[in-house]
Amino acid sequence: MDLEYGPQYDDFRAEVINFVKENENTKLTGPARSESRVAWQQKLIDHGYFARSIPKEYGGYGGDMDIIKLRIIAEEFAKSPIPKPAGGQGIQMLVPTLLSLGTEEQKQKYIKPTLRGEILWCQGYSEPNSGSDLASLQTKAELDGDEWVINGQKIWTSTAHLSQMCFILVRTEPDAPKHQGISYLLMPMDAEGIDRRPIKQMTGDSDFNELFLTDVRIPAENIVGKRGEGWKVANATLGHERGSLADPNVTQNRLNSLIDLMKSETIDGQRVIDKPIFRDRLLSIQGRLMAQQSNALRILSSQINKDQDANLAKSIVKLQGTELRHELEGLAIDAMGELGTLYEDSPHLRDEGAWQMTYMYFLGLIIGGGTNQIQKNIISERALGMPKEPKIQGA
Amino acid sequence: MYFGLSEEQKSLEENIQRFLSDNASLDIIKAVANGDEDKAKEVHKGIIELGLSGLIVPEEYGGLELNMLFATVVSAALGSGTAPVPFAGSYIMSPMAINLAGNAEQKNNWLPKIAGGEVQVGVGISEYVGAREDAGIEFTNGKVSGRSLFVIDGKGADAYILANKSGELYLIDSNNSGIEVVELTTVDKTRTSIELILNDVDAEFLEGSKDKAIIEKVLDAGRLMLAADTVGAAQVMLDKSVAYSLERKQFGRLIGSFQAVKHMCAEMAADLEPCHSMIWHAAHCQDNVPEEARLMACQTKAHISEVGKQVSKTATEVHGGMGFTDELGLHYWFKRIGLNRQLLGSPELVREEAGKLQGFDQ
Ligand SMILES: Cc1cc2nc3c(=O)[nH]c(=O)nc-3n(C[C@H](O)[C@H](O)[C@H](O)COP(=O)(O)OP(=O)(O)OC[C@H]3O[C@@H](n4cnc5c(N)ncnc54)[C@H](O)[C@@H]3O)c2cc1C
Ligand SMILES: Cc1cc2nc3c(=O)[nH]c(=O)nc-3n(C[C@H](O)[C@H](O)[C@H](O)COP(=O)(O)OP(=O)(O)OC[C@H]3O[C@@H](n4cnc5c(N)ncnc54)[C@H](O)[C@@H]3O)c2cc1C
Repeated sequence: MDLEYGPQYDDFRAEVINFVKENENTKLTGPARSESRVAWQQKLIDHGYFARSIPKEYGGYGGDMDIIKLRIIAEEFAKSPIPKPAGGQGIQMLVPTLLSLGTEEQKQKYIKPTLRGEILWCQGYSEPNSGSDLASLQTKAELDGDEWVINGQKIWTSTAHLSQMCFILVRTEPDAPKHQGISYLLMPMDAEGIDRRPIKQMTGDSDFNELFLTDVRIPAENIVGKRGEGWKVANATLGHERGSLADPNVTQNRLNSLIDLMKSETIDGQRVIDKPIFRDRLLSIQGRLMAQQSNALRILSSQINKDQDANLAKSIVKLQGTELRHELEGLAIDAMGELGTLYEDSPHLRDEGAWQMTYMYFLGLIIGGGTNQIQKNIISERALGMPKEPKIQGA
Repeated sequence: MYFGLSEEQKSLEENIQRFLSDNASLDIIKAVANGDEDKAKEVHKGIIELGLSGLIVPEEYGGLELNMLFATVVSAALGSGTAPVPFAGSYIMSPMAINLAGNAEQKNNWLPKIAGGEVQVGVGISEYVGAREDAGIEFTNGKVSGRSLFVIDGKGADAYILANKSGELYLIDSNNSGIEVVELTTVDKTRTSIELILNDVDAEFLEGSKDKAIIEKVLDAGRLMLAADTVGAAQVMLDKSVAYSLERKQFGRLIGSFQAVKHMCAEMAADLEPCHSMIWHAAHCQDNVPEEARLMACQTKAHISEVGKQVSKTATEVHGGMGFTDELGLHYWFKRIGLNRQLLGSPELVREEAGKLQGFDQ
């Protein structure tokens, strides 16, 4: 056991701390893709604080794949209000997919603008009848000359209204077994035949959408991997999504805000944080978070030391992380009491309603990205080697 | 021994549920949530016609003079339909306060009108339970000044009953000068909340409230109404979950055939089923077992708030992505339960009170 990253990292950390200090008051304005956001994203890339190990030719920083440096960057950014690098499904899912499985043309064309935040992507996986059972998806694509013609329906497509591109799973081999008939396509969102209907969520926002696809034509080369290998391609990145939904560094940020909140809210003049019951709930959440952070270190270590196995440690991240976030946000609501129920533009609203919003949103993320029941199936069946439930007649 | 609802209570419950399913469908709830106040007024009128405004008002003032058990039955029925109407404050807590603490004139002035559905009286006692920010009211020389947050059923009210820090109650006509009404927006759009800012406003003291037992009784009643509302709402969320699990298929089978889903439903049922009994028992104690009434009311509010939170989360999960949509509307019940949890004291505050009641702080 050795917790030191090593002295060779001291200079690097000092440099990051310095950058964070100098830039902590940066305010990004305008919507996604706005000039200030793209410029910030590029600045982070130029310093190697984002897209660090992605080759220069694809718009990355072109540094070595040093996981410890990535970790130091994440740690120092998490401590500060400095704007974080943009995320989203393009950066978290599509870029890693293209890097490992995309063609040279696809890498050249899409990675750089995606990293810079100029192309936003959405994930067209789920369908009305294919949620947990994603591999049963029915949206089909047929090759017609040098074009794919897509027909079908997608649902729960987050940020489709903001996106220029969609990575979409479609059935191209109708006669193959369900996992082997799927292909992974890159679909421009301005293609003809895409009818988008926003779906309003319990939060009041409409972050996700339904997509009705009628004879949508896209170039034949917009396929990642081979025909019928889409399931493999998709699974290569589902892991990235599940890790990113519950990043302990982000949770640490929220915990810091929660501590501030509990110091400033009062009941009969007493700070909420001074009430033993609330303090204990806070500390219990902190303990759980610390366990998750340690778990993250172990996963990190397994990436550096190839002989270490952290499969089980990895498989629990989404389950534990989303549940913890949901509870953390819920504690903030309890700490505010009646004021915690305020929403939208109400007088006396705290932190622009972020606590209620995120409390609900993380209930959504307990469901999204593979429900937490599916996560438990994965943990037990894949990581613990337990058998699948038997097929049931008449159900 | 007979532990359960009477035929009369059951039929009242059914009447309200039928009325709500005919007149307050999900479409109407959504319209109200989006600001259609006329639709809310119609539903409100309907529950007055059902007699709910006079539920606990004594017969001599034109009410039905029914007991707390009836009141919780009604509240649970309203919760099950996420009814967009005033109730706990206007038709339970305020008539109770006036009846127990008012003088003859105050009772004559207000109770018949409350029973007849002619007036609505909001109730603001949050600061007695646990003051937030610097809120609170002071009474001097017949005038009240200060701030009262989360006045229950206060929007559009004809009068308010407000408590000061020591639990004394004041009645204020909403037409008096010096009152500023601030509308609050919460996650629950089926009910409204307001803040009152008062500057030297004429107020009548409810003399009887010198005795702290009065506000305690009013508070107990309010908490039981909120708890009952949560039980009603949570039961619907469970019922909807079971129904959905018998419709929705994944992996070629009903999701209700997966043990994970069955266990989610079974856990909700196991948590929730005793809550019905707990509410009945707590309501019964209010009227018949005074020495247990306060502790029962506190623990009922706190426990049911916890169960409600868990059920509303789990039920949403059973519905998958649909559970997160506005379209399905499950969130109206989720948010209703969320607001009930915080009104008149979150579980932590109410349990603290329960501990004091038993002398644990001595
Ligand atoms: C906020 C949010 C954002 C999303 N964003 C996207 C997106 O950008 N792109 C996209 O493609 N999809 C997205 N989704 C969809 C998400 O992946 C699905 O909602 C999820 O996989 C569940 O599918 P479903 O909604 O059809 O629920 P169902 O699969 O119908 O599940 C219903 C219930 O049954 C349970 N269940 C189902 N099968 C089993 C089983 N085998 N064992 C035990 N329990 C089971 C589930 O756990 C759940 O409780 C998003 C969802 C949410 C909530
Ligand atoms: C303290 C004690 C007292 C007992 N007293 C009596 C008694 O007086 N008379 C008597 O006849 N028996 C008695 N039993 C036995 C008891 O009924 C059995 O232990 C029990 O039914 C479980 O059976 P099993 O031990 O074979 O475990 P298994 O059935 O092998 O169960 C092992 C695990 O699998 C789970 N499991 C099994 N089937 C399912 C399923 N379909 N769905 C989900 N999970 C499942 C169980 O929950 C358990 O976690 C007693 C047991 C205990 C521990």
